[in-house]
Parts: sequence; structure tokens; C-alpha cells
Amino acid sequence: MIGIFQFGWSLLSLGAIQAPQLRPEAASSIAEGVDHLYFVLTFITLFFTVAIFSAIFFFMVKYRRRAENEIPLDTGEHLGLELTWTIIPTLICVGLFLWASSLYFENSRPPSAATEIFVVGKQWMWHIQHPEGVREINELHVPVGVPVELTMTSEDVIHDFYIPAFRVKKDVVPGRYTSLWFQATKIGAYHLFCAQYCGADHAEMLGWVYVMSPADYESWLSSGAPSQSMQQMGERVFNKLACSSCHPSDGTGRGPSLAGVYGKEVELRSGEKRLVDEAFIRQAIVDPNSIVLRNYPPIMPTFRGQINEEQVLQLIAYVKSLAAEERNANDK
Amino acid sequence: MSTATIDVHEAPAGSNVNYLNAQYGVKSWLLTTDHKRIALLYLCSITLMFFVGGFFAVLMRLHLIEPQGALVQPETYNKLFTMHGIIMVFFFLVPSIPATLGNFLVPMMIGARDLAFPRLNLLSWYIYVVGAIFTLYAVISGGVDTGWTFYTPYSSSFSHTSVIPTALGVFITGFSSILTGLNFVVTIHKMRAPGLTWFRLPLFIWAMYATSIIFILGTPVIAITLFLLGLERLLHIGIFDPAIGGDPILFQHLFWFYSHPAVYIMILPGMGVMSELITCFSRKRIFGYTFVAFSSLSIAIISFLVWGHHMFVTGQSIYAGLIFSVLSFLVAIPSAVKVFNWTATLYKGSISYDAPMLYALGFIGLFTMGGLTGLFLASLATDVHLNGTYFIVAHFHYIMVGGAVMAYLGGIHFWWPKITGRLYPDGWARFAALVIFVGFNLTFFPQFMLGYLGMPRRFAVYPAEFQVLNVMSSAGASILGIGYLIPLIYLTWSMRYGPTAGPNPWGAKGLEWTTPSPPPTENFEEIPVVTEDAYDYAHSTVKRG
Repeated sequence: MIGIFQFGWSLLSLGAIQAPQLRPEAASSIAEGVDHLYFVLTFITLFFTVAIFSAIFFFMVKYRRRAENEIPLDTGEHLGLELTWTIIPTLICVGLFLWASSLYFENSRPPSAATEIFVVGKQWMWHIQHPEGVREINELHVPVGVPVELTMTSEDVIHDFYIPAFRVKKDVVPGRYTSLWFQATKIGAYHLFCAQYCGADHAEMLGWVYVMSPADYESWLSSGAPSQSMQQMGERVFNKLACSSCHPSDGTGRGPSLAGVYGKEVELRSGEKRLVDEAFIRQAIVDPNSIVLRNYPPIMPTFRGQINEEQVLQLIAYVKSLAAEERNANDK
Repeated sequence: MSTATIDVHEAPAGSNVNYLNAQYGVKSWLLTTDHKRIALLYLCSITLMFFVGGFFAVLMRLHLIEPQGALVQPETYNKLFTMHGIIMVFFFLVPSIPATLGNFLVPMMIGARDLAFPRLNLLSWYIYVVGAIFTLYAVISGGVDTGWTFYTPYSSSFSHTSVIPTALGVFITGFSSILTGLNFVVTIHKMRAPGLTWFRLPLFIWAMYATSIIFILGTPVIAITLFLLGLERLLHIGIFDPAIGGDPILFQHLFWFYSHPAVYIMILPGMGVMSELITCFSRKRIFGYTFVAFSSLSIAIISFLVWGHHMFVTGQSIYAGLIFSVLSFLVAIPSAVKVFNWTATLYKGSISYDAPMLYALGFIGLFTMGGLTGLFLASLATDVHLNGTYFIVAHFHYIMVGGAVMAYLGGIHFWWPKITGRLYPDGWARFAALVIFVGFNLTFFPQFMLGYLGMPRRFAVYPAEFQVLNVMSSAGASILGIGYLIPLIYLTWSMRYGPTAGPNPWGAKGLEWTTPSPPPTENFEEIPVVTEDAYDYAHSTVKRG
């Protein structure tokens, strides 16, 4: 279907000065599937538009008024026709819904072994952190052929992380984490846009995604690598804010020990059970009184305004590493 | 249509007193309770707002001729698209057909002397004007840059522009919609002429009824939403801004709960106009009357259940996405049924190509395109790529401009002789319809392509590879702008110099055509008795005249 359209378009544009492209570069594992659906939808649109227009023009010519006092016969109602043109569009819609939804379902769920990268949107730039500690602004380097999952949040207003060549887009919302995944299939440089209006320089909040061979990516990571990984940066923030005075790892503090807590279920004062995930840890830092644990006093101050979203992500990386250490210790 | 005044071409000669010349002076207009005069007050106000909003659009398209922006600073560009959207949506499209044609025609079509609450009707116009003044004040005081969608927390905590006056303007104007809706519902229920049963009503009345229901049920929600936005912005009460404990996505739920049905506030009246035009100029009863009537109601109802399709990429759950997607596909079906029925109405008709009919045929084409491209956005997998791009801009302009504005202009041309008692030059009107059709497609078709290529909307500057399509779009916009100015000129001209119109220049059915043009203040000397179905062109001739 895509091929037919591109062939038709190239015929149309023969002789014209470089006709615009029909679709952006397809550089991710989901791009071809989305394009296929898009061109089938385009075909349906053209088919019905042409059909309706042809019928109208045909009737306009055939039944044009020939005499001023002409009275056409009443053609009456026709239940069969009404049902036909209700049921056929319904069937087409159901088919499209099933196709589009199953594709969306597949495209939404990241493979379990995806590389994690963190994104913070801020008027008007993208801050990106790799777990290894490399940070970049308005650039995202990723290896080709490897699934990548982005965990994203915003420092201020709603932004939207959009890579047209990958056919992926997700809002970047303050106060919560959203995620998005892709697997690049072609080495190259691709546009990164903000697709949610975010103020004065919204249109300049853009960057480039560089897809590299895994070897190039490794050498890029190590050449730009700072001395610390995200988890180590998180540990530094943890100590600087004196978190350990209430959360010592031996469990004797005024607050709970954080070792091994990530990925577990905890019980709140209200009796509600909550899973400790990224969103939970973030909430515990910026709005601790909303989720006080059972058997602990509500004494933790909020750290909202004292640390930025990037540092929150680093703290989360650190708390997650404590969980991993705990598991390793148990395994031994 | 009615037996009482069927001999329309022999309608009262000699009595020249009509609603326009019954009283003179500014006061007689500003204190009128005549629904026809109030319709004209609305017509003047919304025409003014249309050209203000259109002026902003022209500046935007001029600016986008060059990738780095040809005209203004990004901050100014952001204000241009915001003011364009707010003025066009809340101050032109929403009131357009209901407040002008609806106000004029609802009593005339059902054989009543006025709406149920004439003074409430005048009040609704004053409320509209007060709302418009607040919003125009916001323009003068420096503009507003939030986008017409007012998304939080940008609008509540970050924008430094006149958000409060603008939102207040929209808030106030909402009450004018609610009162108009209330007035129409009561009038249609209680004041139909003897014999005019529900299934003899013109389909325009059905469309007005469905629209009124959305006015009454939807508008309070946008009022509450903007009120909460004001509370947060002024008093820093955390409702939407997460930094003070709010939820920004909550705003989008509330906003779209009104604003998606609002799309149908704009298009349903247009569909009503279509049914009148197609039947008159093909001299046929509408094909499938009950299907067309009930499709209006089902659109009104389903429209309240699809708001989540604006939020597929906000991080909304996949399962919520599935439900909103299937409902969005569902709302497309009654619209498709209408298009098929209008087309089938032409079959074996007696079709003439007067100017209103050209607008009507243009509507069918553009609305079909607009509706079908909606399927791309109801489809989850493609919406992810297209959401927030120019594809969206193109899609909703095909519906709102290609659909609603074409229908509005078609309706204005159709009922102009009735409203003013004058004829306009038909050649110019056909020429304008053609210019608008060509200009419209040249403006908005390239935007579909831009969207799929990945150009986001609301961009003051853009990468150079998008320039060719942007220049095409801007060229189209200049043609479209001229297309809208032509009717403004000849319609204004015709009010004074146009040939006098008879009571029924198109040979149309419907009670409004049984009165003189312009109609007397009380509409009907005697309340007519209706004995026929709507659009019964097959059983009695009505001469043009």
C-alpha cells in the first residue's frame, strides 16, 4: 500500500521541482506498521471522497433543472439502503479500530530488557541522563537495534517528547512520570520536537536524536562519561540532604530503612497498600505527608523546591541500587 | 406548507411594514425583543469577530512563509494563534448559526411569533457583547499566549499575559449560549404551530434542538473549568499545578468534556442548514428523514463520551484509550449516514446551481474529507504520531471552516432575501463560493502532509525542509481571505442597492417562506396550520418569486 502511494506520488510529481515527501524517514521498529495503517486510512479517505464527489457531479449533470416548473417524483424512503450505509461504515470502523488498537497495544509495551534513559523537560530544553552518568542537553544518543525506554518528567509545564522518524510521542508532565520506548533501526540523525505548546520558545525546544552502532555508542558513552554514575550522584544528593540521619540502612532511624524497599509493597497509615516504584519514591520526597507509612510518625519535611527533577531521578536510581544490593546480599 | 398562507406569491401587497422599518432609531434596536432584530445584532457582532479572528490568521500565515519567521517575534506569534483560536471558537463558531440563523428562523419555521423568552434572548446578546469586550480588552492589553486550550499549569502558573480577562470573557459568553439553548428547547417544545408534529419539523429545527442540548449540558462545565483556572491563577489554590498539589491532566479532562461536544455545537447547525439547502435546490423531500433527524441526536449524545481522544498521548491508561477510540469511531457513523442521505436526496431531483447550493455542495465535499481524516485520529496507533501536529490543524479546519463556515455562508445566502428583503448578485456569490473552495483546499490540504511529515503545530519557527508546504498553505490563505471579503462587500451593497426580493425567491418549502420578505414584526398575521410533511416538494408547486 505504501509503495503504491509513493509510486503514484512520484508519477504526479514528474517534472515538478522536487515534490515534498509523503512520509518522514522510518527509523524505528514500529514505523513501518504505523505507516501501513496510515496509507490504508488514506486510501479509504480518497475512495469515499472520490465516490461522494462522483455521485454528486453525476447527479448534478444528469438531474439538472431543465424547466422552471419541473416537479421531480418523490423517491421515498429506502430502509435497505439506510441499513447498508449504516452497517458498511460500521464494519469498516470496527476493522480499523481492531487493527489500530492491536498495533497501539504492541507499540505501547516495552520489551523487558530495554535500556533505561531519563528525560527532564524544562522551558525550553531537554535534559537527558544516561544511567552511566552521561548527561546531555537537546541531544539523545542511542544505540541502533536496542530497545530504549525513556522515563520522563517535567520541571515546569507540560511538554511532549516527539521523534517523528520513530513515530513515537508522549507528553512530559510535571508531577508525574510518563514513559516511552522505541527501538531504532537505522543509523542517522533525527529531529526531536516538543509537540505540546509550552510557552515563548516552544518552537525552539528541539534537538537531535543520534542513532549509533552499538560500538560507537559504547565509545561515545565512555568518552563523555563523568566520574560518577546516576546512582553515585544520587548517593551524593542523599548524603548532602542528610537523608541518612532519618533513613539509616540498619532500620534504627526515625524513618524506615530504604534498603530493599524498591519494588515492594508497603502499608500506609490509612491501611492502603502501595507499591514502591519511581512515582512513589518521587511522591515521598516532594509530598511526604501524603503517603506516611504505618507505624511511622508524619515528621518528614518536603524537599520540594530544594532539589530539581534530575536530582530526584538520581535519588531514585540510588534507592533502586539499595534494593539491588539487598537482593544480592540475600542471594549470598 | 401551511394551508392558511399557501398562496405565497400573492402575499399581502401594499402593507410594507416589516420588522426592519416598524421602528427606527438606535434605541429601537438596542431594546428590541424581536428575535429577528436580535439575530441581526448577533450577525453584526459575530461578523466583526470573524474578521478580527481572520486578521490574526492572515498574520500567522504571512509569518510562516519563512522558516525563521517572516513577521513577528515568537511571543507575538504565540499570541496570534491563541487569539485567533479563542475568537473564532468562542465568539464566532459557537454562536454563528444558532445565534443568527437559529434566532431568526426557529420561530419562523415552527410558526411562532417569537421565541419563548424574548427578553432573555436580548439578554443573551448583551452577555455575548460583555464577554467579547473582555476578550477584546485582553487583546488590547497585550494579548494572551496560552493557546485557546488554556492548558495548565502553563496558563495558571507560568504565562505572563492577560489570561484572566480572556478566560473571564469566555466564561461570560458561555452564559449567552446557555440562555439561547434554553430558549430554543422551550420554544421548540411548546410553540409549534397546530399540526406541526415532531416528524414534520424541518431538519434545521432538529439540529437546533440537538445543539441546544449540548449548550445546556456542556457549557456549564467549561464555565466551572475556567473558574477553577482563575482561582488557581489568582489565589494559588492548588487545583491543576502539581507544584502546589494539583493535577494538570484534570484540567484537560474538564476542558475537553465541554470542548469536544463544542465541535458538534459548531457542526450540527451546519448539518441542519445543509438539509434545508439540498432539499430546496433539488426540489426533493430529504432522503431518510428519520435517519437524518436521529443522527443529530445520537451525535449530540455520543459527543459527550469521546473527550479522551484528545489525550491519547498524555500517559492516559491504554484501556481508557481503547474505550475512547471505539467511541470516537462510533460518532463517525451518524455523520456518514447524513452525507449518504444528502447525496441520495439529489437522486432524480431537479437540481439548480444557485449560490447557496454551491456552498452546500462545497460543504459535503469538505466535511467528508474532514470526517474521514478524523478516523486517523480515532485510530490509536496513528494518533500517537499525528497528535499535536499540523494534521490536527488541517483536520479540524476541514470540519470547522470547510464544514461549519461553508454551511453558515450557504445559510446566510439562502435566507438573505428573507432577512433583508433584498437579492444579492448571484454571479458574484457563485464566484465567491468557488474562490473560497479553492483557497480553503490550498490552505489546509498541505497541512495534512506537513502533519504526517512531523511538523508540530504552534511553531513560530520551523525546520527549513517544511517550507514548500508552508508557502503553499500561506498562498491558499491569501486566496481564502479574499474569498471571505467578496461576500462582505456584495451583501453589504445589496442591503441598499440589491433588487427587492419576493416572499419566496427560491421556490422553497417551509413556513418562513410563506411570509413577506422581510417579515412583519409578528411574523404571521394568523398562526398557520400545518398539514404536510417537511420538504413536500412533490405534491404542490411553489413558484419562485
